[in-house]
Amino acid sequence: MKSADQLGSATIGQGMNRMSGFLKFGSFLALLFFPALAMAAGGAETQAMSVEYRDVPGIGSRNLIWIVAQQHLLLAGFVLGVPIFAWVCEVVGWKTKEPRYDKLAKEFTKLLTSAYATTALFGGILLFLLIGLYPKLMAYLTDMFFPSFLVYCLLFLLETATLYMYWYGWDYMQGNKKTFHLFLGFLLNLFALGIMAVPNSWATFQASPVVLGEGDAWARAWMAMQNPTWMPVNIHRLIANVVLGGFIVGAYAGIRYLLAVSREEREHYDWMGYVGNFIGVFGMLPLPFAGYWLMREVYQYNQQMGITLMGGFLAWLFILQAMLIGVLFLGANYYFWMGITYRIPGSENQYKKPVMAMLIVLLLCLGIWMTPHSLVASLAEAQKMGGTHHPLLGVFGVMSAKMTVSNIMILVTFMSFIMYWRAGKQETAGWAKAAKAIMGGLLVIAGIAVVVLGVWGYFVPAIIRINYFSVAQVLIVLFIMITFTPLTAVLMKSAKTTTEMVWGKMPIRAGYSLVLNAVMVILLMSLMGYARSSSRVHWHIYGVMRDTSEYAYSPALGYAAAFMSLNTFVFCLIVAFIFWVATLGDKAKAQPPRGSTVGIPGHSAPAMAGGAPRAGEKLE
Amino acid sequence: MKGPIISGAVILAGVFIFLKFLLPLFTAPLPASLIYLYLALALSGIMIYGTMSAPSLEAMMGPVYRFLSGQGQSGMGHMARLAVLVMFPLLVGWQTYSSLAPSDLPPAENRTIHPAPPGEFVGLSNPYPKTPENIMMGKGLYAAYCSPCHGANFDGKGTAAPGFNPPPADFTDPGTIAQLQEAYLFWRIKKGGVGLPVEGMPWKSAMPRWEEELPEEFIWKIIMGEYDGAHQSPRTWEEEE
Repeated sequence: MKSADQLGSATIGQGMNRMSGFLKFGSFLALLFFPALAMAAGGAETQAMSVEYRDVPGIGSRNLIWIVAQQHLLLAGFVLGVPIFAWVCEVVGWKTKEPRYDKLAKEFTKLLTSAYATTALFGGILLFLLIGLYPKLMAYLTDMFFPSFLVYCLLFLLETATLYMYWYGWDYMQGNKKTFHLFLGFLLNLFALGIMAVPNSWATFQASPVVLGEGDAWARAWMAMQNPTWMPVNIHRLIANVVLGGFIVGAYAGIRYLLAVSREEREHYDWMGYVGNFIGVFGMLPLPFAGYWLMREVYQYNQQMGITLMGGFLAWLFILQAMLIGVLFLGANYYFWMGITYRIPGSENQYKKPVMAMLIVLLLCLGIWMTPHSLVASLAEAQKMGGTHHPLLGVFGVMSAKMTVSNIMILVTFMSFIMYWRAGKQETAGWAKAAKAIMGGLLVIAGIAVVVLGVWGYFVPAIIRINYFSVAQVLIVLFIMITFTPLTAVLMKSAKTTTEMVWGKMPIRAGYSLVLNAVMVILLMSLMGYARSSSRVHWHIYGVMRDTSEYAYSPALGYAAAFMSLNTFVFCLIVAFIFWVATLGDKAKAQPPRGSTVGIPGHSAPAMAGGAPRAGEKLE
Repeated sequence: MKGPIISGAVILAGVFIFLKFLLPLFTAPLPASLIYLYLALALSGIMIYGTMSAPSLEAMMGPVYRFLSGQGQSGMGHMARLAVLVMFPLLVGWQTYSSLAPSDLPPAENRTIHPAPPGEFVGLSNPYPKTPENIMMGKGLYAAYCSPCHGANFDGKGTAAPGFNPPPADFTDPGTIAQLQEAYLFWRIKKGGVGLPVEGMPWKSAMPRWEEELPEEFIWKIIMGEYDGAHQSPRTWEEEE
């Protein structure tokens, strides 16, 4: 167990030289842009504050901060995730010369402009509230991080300017100017990455502060930024933002699909839903690995914080997390499987057995993941079990079992996608049979290896399991994904299409499942945001600045769960409002001229109202 | 009603019978919370599989819709529909009442077995080297002070164990001391059940406060002896040389 001092000393000097040039450049620009602020950074000392806390009557300061911070974070996740989504789509459209990808990217960049302003608005409100309600804490953090505030402002300016150019220059920068537009999109994501990483350092410093060495304000800020949980949180949030962006795009497409009245609209939004789900799922696959790394760093930084999260009173949140992730995995797979049966006519019977096998494996894994170590039991039940650990199923409650089943679920979800990819196609390459046999063999070996390592993990010291077995499990799953994807791509390149994919025929429950996935991701982010924040217990800055306010206690889990639900609901309302505002223009354009009628036989009612039924289909 | 509905009902009934009656033949009975959880998962699976395609949806839900909407029903079918429509809300009402009605039974517990240790116990490491002599001494101390409850085989089955609820910890279970650092055990042995923090409620532990009986040296050596005797290793962040 390393102490804060050891960690501090370890971080001092690391990367100092690497970053000093960048910081000096940032400092130079910041001085140009913010002369007044820069003067304050030049050595003003924090003055003693007479007021440490202010409260808000009724709701309470902590609850108000909780709501505003969560909304800001969720919006920021959306605003940082969607540009990645949009840029990837634009690149795909540019490479494949398919205009629909470009249209999709543009559609989402349009949403981004209004969401960006709302995010900034919530950020501003959060800042004012923090300064007003927690002046002592903010004075400390300002003293520590002020140079990084300047870098953050600079990044914000660059991001805003780039976003304007990216959005307003979309139509202008076509043809031979497209590469420059793509470069702008890349810059947009680069600045967005910085905008995410800088405030992450402030929040992670609160959870895992380090002892700072000598140096000027810039050097000290950089040392504080390099705290042990900063990089794991950066990676975890970056991936989670992609997932959030993908699934929100999916939900948007799902709702538009349910409301679509023309065949073109149904086809377009069905396809958009597929792309959103695809990106969400692919982001989701590495997310548990990043989460595991973060928790490992937390545990290694401080045993007390690690146990509070994983074994103490917050441990129940991880059972809720398992349930939400499970619903997400099931929802994403359900959408893939429905895609096979509805978009590829005639393939239903062909894939019935593999789908059932995958579903059973997913449910078994989820059952293990959701089994708590200490069970909720009545006195009589506990007496029969000999405690709250079940003698047989208690083994499912520890990390070795959880890691194993999460890896298996990732493998199954990946194979769902591969199955979807191959559906309706017949391989023509001479080596196709051998390749498929090799893939099948590798998959079986990988599955067995993951399970064997998981079981073996019970019989070795924790450090061996964490450092080698868990890492090996992750590498095995990554190996399968990295080898199967190009191999399948090559196979599909020469494959003969036996059944054309039909868009716009998905049932209404497909639209609802897309919405469900988005809600699950938002709930998950709210849940884990609470867990990360609560792990500091009664500290503003763990072990350094104690919370002495009347709110220096952890709210009960039921109370917290109600707040997470409220935050999820509010965020959904905000996103729905942004989507509504951003698409008002489209609706006006889509209105038929007065006096004319729109006649699309069989497609005049939205899907939600039962429009466009399949021939012979009784229920949708 | 036939086909998927019957299959689904059979699967659910099979899962319930397995969990409630067959599994307890080989091990301890499962608590109701876990049985409900697994049944909910099984039901989700049945619903997902049954709604995967238009024909499967029709096969599974079509008869239900037609039964509930009363299409073409007469005689017994009509009476059955009415009975279901009356009984279902009553069933929900009964379930709600029974879950809210005052009872003399203690509520189900979600006890936190491993609450976080206080700050002063974080980061401690065993100051005594793992020599055969120290381990032997630790085992001897364990035999004298700990084995009456935790068992001579470190499995929680000491002669006094049947007198305690919850029972003493089984150190051979990989879910107990193998998940913890030595500093954690030092805290628990030193402070005992009365030293559990707020989050460890309802503080159900008969563990004595050994700091009043044993010097710290003995506690560290007992920890060494426990790990060795239970064939487990403490959680560390550096591999042993």
